[in-house]
Amino acid sequence: MKSLLSVVFYLASLTALAAPPQRVVSLGGPLTEVIYALNAGDRLVGDDASSLYPPAATKLPQVGYYRAFSVEGVVALHPDLVLASDQAGPPAAMAQLKQLGVKVVVLPAGATLDALEQRVHGVATALGLPDDGGKMVATIRQQVTALTATPSNVRALFVMNRSGKLEGAGKESTADAMLALAGARNVLAAQTGYKPLSAEAALSLAPDAIVTTRMSIDASGGLQRFLALPGVAGTPAARNGRVVVMDDLLLLGFGPRLPEALKTLKAGLDAPSPAAAK
Amino acid sequence: MLLLALLACLLLLALIAAAHGAVAIPLHALPRLLLAHDLTEQEQLWRNVLVQIRLPRVALAIVAGGGLTVTGTAMQALFRNPLAEPGLIGIASGGALGAVAAIVLGAPGLFWLTPAAFIGSLAATALCYQLGQRRPGMSSLLLAGVAINVICGSIIGLFTYVADDAQLRSLTFWNMGSLAGATWTQLAFLGPWTLALSLLLLREWRALNALLLGEREAQHLGFALNPLRRRLIVLVALIVGPLVAATGVIGFVGLVVPHLVRLSLGADHRWLLPNTLVAGAIALSLADWLARVVVIPAELPIGIVTSLIGGPFFLWILTRRVA
Repeated sequence: MKSLLSVVFYLASLTALAAPPQRVVSLGGPLTEVIYALNAGDRLVGDDASSLYPPAATKLPQVGYYRAFSVEGVVALHPDLVLASDQAGPPAAMAQLKQLGVKVVVLPAGATLDALEQRVHGVATALGLPDDGGKMVATIRQQVTALTATPSNVRALFVMNRSGKLEGAGKESTADAMLALAGARNVLAAQTGYKPLSAEAALSLAPDAIVTTRMSIDASGGLQRFLALPGVAGTPAARNGRVVVMDDLLLLGFGPRLPEALKTLKAGLDAPSPAAAK
Repeated sequence: MLLLALLACLLLLALIAAAHGAVAIPLHALPRLLLAHDLTEQEQLWRNVLVQIRLPRVALAIVAGGGLTVTGTAMQALFRNPLAEPGLIGIASGGALGAVAAIVLGAPGLFWLTPAAFIGSLAATALCYQLGQRRPGMSSLLLAGVAINVICGSIIGLFTYVADDAQLRSLTFWNMGSLAGATWTQLAFLGPWTLALSLLLLREWRALNALLLGEREAQHLGFALNPLRRRLIVLVALIVGPLVAATGVIGFVGLVVPHLVRLSLGADHRWLLPNTLVAGAIALSLADWLARVVVIPAELPIGIVTSLIGGPFFLWILTRRVA
């Protein structure tokens, strides 16, 4: 009896010590998405301006953009845990946050499966969830492996329109990582990151498919206008209507929806005769 | 008289700015937070926020506002041009170039950002001065400044082109300016440094008054132009360089506030300089306070606030004067 009581006390003290955080602030959209995917969205008391998915995330108080967040704004939400992307900053703000005694857990932001796995495990551990996210990661890996088994082998170009001009994605960009996972060959592999697209270069690279985001199409004034842009018009992709338009966050979020994103991307790339002119 | 009123105003504003922010701290709790030892957990948090985040920020706003504005006044007298400000001789763009180079080429920790910005601003100003000195008169210095600004701008453009996504965002935010990173260690240097050099600048009021009459007239009044010019530019560069390095590019304060004070006080630099010093401190404190409290729990970049409020306010003053 006595030993049973002490065991109960021991367990009680354990849970008290490791009381899972209940007021969490997330700095970085990908982390926010993982928190919701692990069904811990109700513990969030604030996030940042890049936290756009799921829609519930946009209803929370926002402490600015995660690369330039407000320390006082975070502290004002009385968090017992801040989950931050390793891109969160400025560095001085991160230092101040820790100095104020706020518990901060930093997780990698990279666009790789390993980084995604670390994000999921990191969030689950920091939140003290019974589910450590292992199942979610295993499912994602399994689905992604299945999807990458049949490479698309299409020569693809990713463009984005953020400021009136088309920007193409080269190596070391999330878009490049997505194309690689889909088995497509990025025609802009010679450049690094997002760079303004040279119309002539785009024509000479002659991509078979063009991948872009919904916001880029909207910024261009619709699909028809997009297809007429210099650098797009005249490419084999535009002639054959092989333009894959995807939601920005789905395509570039590199979160728990990665398999869904890959499936949509591959479906677009592999479609024999997509109806672009609809 | 006005100076005393402005100082009182600054003190009041500093108090309000210290009490307001994302974390609500009651005004009457301020003395207790700073002096008492038996604080509750809640009060301990308030004190940490107050002492580690908010007070250094209020102090940096006062130092930076004063420094940027008093140098703006001196530049307007030196160039005898109402559009002159410290940025004219490459201080801001040189600083920005140094910072951007540090962001794009440097280690990810951004350790080099502040030193690089400081070195960049001093180097650009020194180059400006060297080139501008080759011909007599202020116009060649002005033209050298224009050219240096353009060159710095285009090299920044080049760095922007090779920057990756993360670097791009860092440098955009740096260019908008912010007082958010203020620390006491930083202020321990910036405060005395800015104050001492500003006092040296205040002592030049006779020369600045003489310059208002014209360069030749100033010379006839017994002011040796070239040494004076060098002194003023060195002072301005030494005051503004560290400020730009610490806060990024905060526009408009150094340009508009001197005009506002001149409109109510006239152009006698004996009083104009100290008054603009305090008025600039008020303007930037006010702007930073607004930047912090308007979109709680987020913050606006301060450069946006200064120009968004300063611009229309300035126009209003101007049109009211004419009518």
